Amino acid sequence: MSTPTLVKEEAAAAGDPVPRKPSTRKRLVPYWLLLPGIIWLLVFFALPMVYQASTSVQTGSLEQGFQVTWHFQTYWDAFQEYWPQFIRSLLYAGTATLLCLLLGYPLAYLIAFKAGRWRNLLLVLVIAPFFTSFLIRTLAWKTILADDSLVVNALNALHVLDVTSWLGWTEGSRVLATPMAVVCGLTYNFLPFMILPLYTSLERIDGRLHEAAQDLYASPATTFRKVTFPLSMPGVVSGTLLTFIPASGDYVNAELLGSTDTKMVGNVIQSQFLRVLDYPTAAALSFILMAIVLLMVTVYIRKAGTEDLV
Amino acid sequence: MRWIRQHLVVIAGLLTLAYMILPNVVVMVFSFNKPNGRFNYAWQQFSLDAWKDPCGVADMCGSLSLSLQLAAWATVGAVVLGTMIAFALVRYRFRARGAINSLIFLPMAMPEVVMAASLLTLFLNMGAELGFWTVLIAHIMFCLSFVVTAVKARVMSMDPRLEEAARDLYAGPVQTFLRVTLPIAAPGIAAGALLAFALSFDDFIITNFNAGSTVTFPMFVWGSAQRGTPVQINVIGTAMFVIAVLVVVAGQMVTNRRKKSATA
Repeated sequence: MSTPTLVKEEAAAAGDPVPRKPSTRKRLVPYWLLLPGIIWLLVFFALPMVYQASTSVQTGSLEQGFQVTWHFQTYWDAFQEYWPQFIRSLLYAGTATLLCLLLGYPLAYLIAFKAGRWRNLLLVLVIAPFFTSFLIRTLAWKTILADDSLVVNALNALHVLDVTSWLGWTEGSRVLATPMAVVCGLTYNFLPFMILPLYTSLERIDGRLHEAAQDLYASPATTFRKVTFPLSMPGVVSGTLLTFIPASGDYVNAELLGSTDTKMVGNVIQSQFLRVLDYPTAAALSFILMAIVLLMVTVYIRKAGTEDLV
Repeated sequence: MRWIRQHLVVIAGLLTLAYMILPNVVVMVFSFNKPNGRFNYAWQQFSLDAWKDPCGVADMCGSLSLSLQLAAWATVGAVVLGTMIAFALVRYRFRARGAINSLIFLPMAMPEVVMAASLLTLFLNMGAELGFWTVLIAHIMFCLSFVVTAVKARVMSMDPRLEEAARDLYAGPVQTFLRVTLPIAAPGIAAGALLAFALSFDDFIITNFNAGSTVTFPMFVWGSAQRGTPVQINVIGTAMFVIAVLVVVAGQMVTNRRKKSATA
């Protein structure tokens, strides 16, 4: 173990050119501070992953008990049976993430640059819905999107539903129990996770950069494309991750707002674990989901981090 | 037309805000409804019945108080463990730092259903009885990372010279911690605590997997979505929204007053 010392910059800032050599007791302080929390995470986060890995290669039944037989076939079988749900999950989560970005960006921009003294109020309004239980809010969408509701009738009158039905997003004049309802719920549920990181990174942008762009005869659109958006990239990346990852595993929206045709992989995992009690398949499914998400996230971070974004 | 183009951002932003607030408005309006059947989805008639008798539904207030207790204990656990980790990470350099940072980041970057399922396999393998304790363990686990992140942000911006000054004035380590370090870190700890409380109180997915037959408030709402939703659920939802807004507004007034007295 290396010697824990005070952070260098701090020592320098404290005007302490010669770092004192700490005593053994002092050296152990950070480890004592870390110990309880890290043990908690190891036992209740890391160890369960190991158990789940072992469960995924077991065979047997609930009555006879499960045994580790290194039956990797379960992964293949599970994927073959449920690949439509995987595709659907990624499609719905991806669409919801994109919608969150399109809807969230103007609001984050508004709060960061145009709100003035309304800024705090708007931030409260973004966070406050969080506090009404999200299940209650999701159920409210059932009322909003119900047949013959104001919203649905308006969409119908504007012939929006004709287009979405043709695209297969809705069915006739129904919105509830269609893919559009599920995506609408997902978008709604994860919007704050997009807006807050976007706002944080937009707020950090120096206003003088906008003035400089204007002085150089950039139009507002060009200023946005060449200055604002590239500088907000950290917020875009963390916002899309915070939206996409939980959305891809969500089963609440698909259950409450969808139908049997809109089931996502989260619904399958939930029912395999809690209703069918086929633990190996459920464990394999959840590992496949984790692997897909981690893979996509890694590729995305690489792309977003290294490519020239201007 | 020109006006619309000039204010495009404001219009689009406010439309998004309306989209975000709409369900809360619906929840509020339908808390004054008198539904015809078991489901409170269609407007029938104005009534104050639900507000007069918020606990008139069997088991609902029991689940509510259980959720409040759970959230309180989960907050205490996550704040104590998380604050310690945050201090260790910001104030000290040691070898396992990178590994520990990723161990803290991972729970936030994992679909919740994966964590929920893996915890369940652990508890099943250990033969643990699912209930209050397994849910509490799970909630502390997933709140921990968020507390660490919130406290870390605050501690990082702290000037270590203030603690040096306290020591120069012959304050002992305990005195320095209690009278200097803790008060300065308090806003970060408070933010972490608020976040942990909200996350724990509202969590459904992890609870759904690990609660056994224990019913928290989100689980009660989930069940009622199938059996029929009592109006009282909307009353509780509205009350939570109003209380949250009041807490945030009060918090801002306190910080504003502090700022004013600090500059005066």
